[in-house]
This record gives sequence, structure tokens and C-alpha cells, in this order.
Amino acid sequence: MTNSPTDRLPSALGQGLRATFAIVRKDLTAEVRSKELVSALLVFSLLVVLIFNFALELDKAARENVAAGVLWVTFTFAGTLGLNRAFAAEKDRGSFDGLLLAPVDRAAIYFGKLIGALIFMLTVEAIVIPVFSLLYNINLFRPLLLLVVLLGTFGYAVVGTLLASMAMHTRARDVMLPILLFPVAIPVIIAAVKASAGILLASDWGEIAPWINLLVVYDTIFIAIAYMVFDYLVEE
Amino acid sequence: MSTTPRNLQILTLVTALLGLIALGLVFFYAPREAVMGEVQRIFYFHVPSAWVGGLAFFVTLVAGVAFLRTGDTKWDRVGFSSVEIGLTFSIMTLFSGMLWARPIWNSWWTWDPRLTTFTILLLLYFAYLMLRQGIEDPGRRARFAAVYGIVAFVSVPITYFAIQLARSIHPVLFGAANPNAKGDSSLTPAMLRTFFFCLFTFTVLYVTLLWHRLRLANYAEHVEQLKARLINS
Repeated sequence: MTNSPTDRLPSALGQGLRATFAIVRKDLTAEVRSKELVSALLVFSLLVVLIFNFALELDKAARENVAAGVLWVTFTFAGTLGLNRAFAAEKDRGSFDGLLLAPVDRAAIYFGKLIGALIFMLTVEAIVIPVFSLLYNINLFRPLLLLVVLLGTFGYAVVGTLLASMAMHTRARDVMLPILLFPVAIPVIIAAVKASAGILLASDWGEIAPWINLLVVYDTIFIAIAYMVFDYLVEE
Repeated sequence: MSTTPRNLQILTLVTALLGLIALGLVFFYAPREAVMGEVQRIFYFHVPSAWVGGLAFFVTLVAGVAFLRTGDTKWDRVGFSSVEIGLTFSIMTLFSGMLWARPIWNSWWTWDPRLTTFTILLLLYFAYLMLRQGIEDPGRRARFAAVYGIVAFVSVPITYFAIQLARSIHPVLFGAANPNAKGDSSLTPAMLRTFFFCLFTFTVLYVTLLWHRLRLANYAEHVEQLKARLINS
């Protein structure tokens, strides 16, 4: 036995955490070796930013108002694509059944996939944000904005992981995920866009705070629901 | 195969009668609204339809929880039957609202919080039905639908709250008056009586429809079982 910090935790929780991180490590190792998901997401995101550049005349004045919207639409689309791929790959290789056979709590599988999806999305965002700042000459590196990006991405991934594990079993799974996910994720998108726009336009804290609160509330509610219902989704 | 149960026959008849009385009240008893005129009478069916939509989706939430806890497929049938009825009434709400909005707000559609939330609500439950259609295995279909019914219902108030943070022009009927509302209405006692009667009628109508739809779902289930037995023998 290696002496990792998780060994010292109470056994049930420790075992759950070990299982969760084993799944995260598996997803990351597969990704580091193939590099297919992150590179595809990255190119896709940059293409979306590019298309927006032509679709909207982003002159100096419009840029500040629209930047938050463009950013979040990009993250939303790239996120759906990433979540779909993460589960489709498991399904196509039949490795998801293997995961289900493992003698671990089903919640560990959910949190493992969630953290994996979150790392992929944040990696892509970590590259898109500087490129966006550069192309549109607008500084996105503000601590508060990064917090909003983190909270928004987390909420989106929480619901997205739950729904992607459903969508992967449907007939038209590639179209199914956005249809299931977008209407549920609308509060995240509204709150994230409003908060980001408020930060970029240097609004008062009083105008930004409600949106950040909303993101926190949304994240909390849906992680609780996902934790309660995920068992039923993978029960075979 | 049994014939329609006696109680259901009576309930259907009562519902039809209530519907006729409600129509009578709306057109002959309720006074003509002073500012908006005849078009205001849409309200007596518009709001009860919205109420039935909400009630139906709430029933789906409860049925979803009950299904996940017990595994009894009866609850699954309640869930999707209720979604179908809820969608029908929600679409009625949307269209009756548009008919009213055209003369009062001078446009068929505004991006008002309630209207927008309602559209998202419709999309959520269309997604629910599409999810069901996309899954072959009945057990999995029931479990996934139950989970989506729960997630969808919980997300609606958050969506409404999020959109509400912007300004609203939809009239608020009860409770706090909306200072930005256009076409606000103060209801006379006769109007209120008509309104509550319609609300009651629509609720009874929902129960009747749900009962009929459940019987249909039970028969469909029965046919599936017979087919399976035929193939296996």
C-alpha cells in the first residue's frame, strides 16, 4: 500500500475517493495518450469564436457588450461536444460495462466522470480565454471572471455528466444530449453571461453578486440531485 | 378487456357539464372588462390551462420519485400520461396568451420572463418525450424518464428566477402588483367567481383525462405483454 492522503480517511469515504480518482486517472491517461478529445474541442472552440467574428460585426463598442455572450456560447457548444465524446467512447469500446462491474459505489463513477469532464472543459477554456483576450483585445484575466467561469463550467458539467450518461443509451445520442441539456442548463448560461458581462463592464458588486449566488445555488442543488439519482441511471 | 368503469363514465359526464357551465359563466355571467374588452375573457381559460400544465408536471415529478423508490411500472405510466396532458394544456396556455397579447401588448410575443420560462418548460417536456422515444428497453426508458422528470421540474423555478431578475411586463394577478405590467387587471367578485370555477373545472378535466390516458396506457402495456408471450411460445 502506498501512503496516499486518502488512506487516512474513514474507510468508506476513502474507498469512494480512491475509486473516483482512479476513474479520473484512467480518463486522463487515455486522453494524454490519444490527445483526441482536447485537441478536437480546442479547434472546435476556436472555430466558433472565428464564426462569431464574422456573424457579428464586433467593433470596439459591441465587443465589450457581446464578449461574455460569445464566450459562453463557445463553452456551451464545446462542452456538449466533449461530454458526448467522453461517454460515447466508453460505450463504443464497451468499457462502461467494465466500470459498472467494479465493486465500487456508483456515485464514485459519477464523480469520476464529472471531474474528468470538468478537467477537459477547463483545459479548453484555459486556452480559449487567452486567445480570446488576444483576438478581441479585451482582458479576460480578472479573478472574479475566472471564478464565474469555474462556477458556470462546474454547474454545466454537473448536469451535463448526468444527462450524457442517459443520452449515450438513446438512438440519436449526438442530438439527444443538447436537447436534454440546454433547457436544463439555461439558468447557468443566463447567470454566467450576466455575471461575466457585469465584470467586463466593471459594474457594481451589487449587480454581479446575485448572479454568482445563483450559480452557487444551481451547482449545489444539481450536485445533490445527481448524487441521489445517478444510481438509478446505471442500474443494469 | 373491461368496459369503461362506472365511476369514470360519471366523471366524464360531470366534466362535460362543468365545461358547459364554465363556458356559460365566462360568456354570460362575467362582466365585460372595462379597459381590455371582450378579449379579457381568454384569461378564464388561459390561467387554468397554465395551472393544469404545472399540476401535470408536478404529478410527473411525484410519479418519478415513486417509480424510482418502488420500481412499480404503474408510476411510469402515470408519469408520461401526465406529461402528455401537461404539454397539451401548456400549448393551449401559450396560444391563448398570444391571442390576448396581440391586442393588449400589441405584439404576439415578448421576451417576458413568464413567456420565456414557459417556452423553456415546453421544450423540457418535449425533450422528455423524445428521450422516451429514443430508448428501446422499457425498464431503462422508465428509469431515465423518471430522472429527467425530476431534473426538469426542479430546473423550472431556477430558470424563472434567473429570467425574473430582468424586468417583467406580464400582469401579476395575485400578490404583489407589478409596476411595469401592461394590461393589469383588477378583478370584480363576479370575475373572481368565474375564474375559480374555471380553475376547478380544468382541474377536474385534468383528472378525467389522466384517468382515460392511464387506461389507454394500461391496455398498451397489456398488448405488449401479449405480443411478448406470442413470440416466446
